[in-house]
Amino acid sequence: MSAGTYAPKPGAAPLGRMIGAQTALETRMLLRNGEQLLLTVIIPSLLLVLFSTVDIIDTGKGKSVDFLAPGILALAVMSTAFTGQAIATGFERRYGVLKRLGASPLPRWALMTSKTLAVLVTEVLQVVLLTVIAFALGWSPHGNPLAVLLLLVLGTAAFSGLGLLMAGTLKAEATLAAANLVFLLLLVAGGVIVPMDKFPGGVQSVLNLLPISALSGGLRDVLQEGASMPWGNLAILAVWAVLGLGSAAKFFRWE
Amino acid sequence: MKSEPALPSPGRRPSGRPSGSHPVVEVSGLVKRYGPKTAVDGLDLTVGAGTVTAVLGPNGAGKTTTIETCEGYRRPDAGTVRVLGLDPVADAARLKPRIGVMLQSGGVYSGARADEMLRHMAKLHAHPLDVPALIERLGLGSCGRTTYRRLSGGQQQRLALAMAVVGRPELVFLDEPTAGLDPQARRATWDLVRELRADGVSVVLTTHFMDEAEALADDVAIVDAGKVVAQGSPEQLCRGGAENTLRFTGRPGLDLGSLLKALPDGTAAAELTPGAYRITGTIDPQLLATVTTWCAQHGVMPDGISVERHTLEDVFLELTGRELRA
Repeated sequence: MSAGTYAPKPGAAPLGRMIGAQTALETRMLLRNGEQLLLTVIIPSLLLVLFSTVDIIDTGKGKSVDFLAPGILALAVMSTAFTGQAIATGFERRYGVLKRLGASPLPRWALMTSKTLAVLVTEVLQVVLLTVIAFALGWSPHGNPLAVLLLLVLGTAAFSGLGLLMAGTLKAEATLAAANLVFLLLLVAGGVIVPMDKFPGGVQSVLNLLPISALSGGLRDVLQEGASMPWGNLAILAVWAVLGLGSAAKFFRWE
Repeated sequence: MKSEPALPSPGRRPSGRPSGSHPVVEVSGLVKRYGPKTAVDGLDLTVGAGTVTAVLGPNGAGKTTTIETCEGYRRPDAGTVRVLGLDPVADAARLKPRIGVMLQSGGVYSGARADEMLRHMAKLHAHPLDVPALIERLGLGSCGRTTYRRLSGGQQQRLALAMAVVGRPELVFLDEPTAGLDPQARRATWDLVRELRADGVSVVLTTHFMDEAEALADDVAIVDAGKVVAQGSPEQLCRGGAENTLRFTGRPGLDLGSLLKALPDGTAAAELTPGAYRITGTIDPQLLATVTTWCAQHGVMPDGISVERHTLEDVFLELTGRELRA
């Protein structure tokens, strides 16, 4: 490189370009990670195919896929917005990625916006894939698409808040273990593949307040039962979103 | 003593103290505590524009805390910090595009490739350097498609350095840029720092290598226990400490009284053994010329003439009573 190569000419790129670049990078990192793909793509797809075709769990009246598809969509949201995001962000914090980006022209809010956009891009890919699989299995969804969209967005906000809270406060290894454990517990107890009415009444009313149950229940109300707007479930997700994002904003440590 | 020939380079001033233009870093009375531990304890530091300043000290002296306060990561418990005239915390948004930062370690997605991360950092800036040329310059082409976590320590260091300069900053902070590098990679990093200075970039680096500070820095701030105990050019610091020594041999019984009259006050001369002479004092080029001129006038051939100047290592030991690298 010749003389004058390094002559100072500083300046931040336009905000839109920074967010675009950051979102693209975050999405690539998400999709390149094998464990993440297992969690976000392979497990939901396998569960959908397995439980729709093999009669393991009594899913009530109607086709299994009509019961399972909404639950698996909820699982997909949780896997990306909560588990995947918590683990990835926890390690980015641990390895100084968040710190280094903090010294770049990219504002912190723009970094978090990019993370959210990367989660949304991944979710769109998941929803498309799982919808195609579900249709192939004979799925016949009903209901208001707007209600579905609202549930997915509020669910993403709720799970992102909880995932970032975990990533920004615990050690990376603790986040890794806890996020996977929570994923597994909520998979079983959150109405994803096991109908909530299999649980005793008292337990059920508590479980119904979990964000995963609110999301899977809401999606099922709309897609399976044709409900127009599941206000109760939306309200539960909104409360989780406010609590989760609020606590994350307050307690998140960048280093 | 200096391992490099004194090549004329634009940023290099003959004497070390920042002068003329406005300083790029002004730290005064900085205090930073972590719980009961005081990491930085009333530190003052001034960095002149266009200079390379080395913050030199042992591990735990407060170097990284000081640098990271300048970078806006830490809020001072007391004192003021101004970088390019800005408050690193309050004016962060205006400051960050203008500085380049190399952390002591990490800072890259473990699944990202070197070129991918560098390209990304370039996209965050308005007028970045040419990425392929920078990759070539720092020998990062050999990283290929390897992701960050599988790069060697040296490759990771060079990537971090590239990330610090790709945005064409006015001021670069390098936290131990050559720690863990082999001698060849270390030289390559030194060359880049010199090129930055030649192009008008100010550089602040921390190091616990004396030779690095001596070879690179216009100005050295010696930090110990959270304070700057001395600051100046390597030459000034080495001159300011204990006396230096000039030795030569000649015929026995020279008239040292006559020699001393030609030399500045405070210079001492002795004939240690017959024909072996030692002169102590401020040994500078002028003094050396005076001695050889005197020898010429007296028909003396000074054999084995040698100058022993103090190194920063001696200065550090003298100032702190401790070895730099214990």
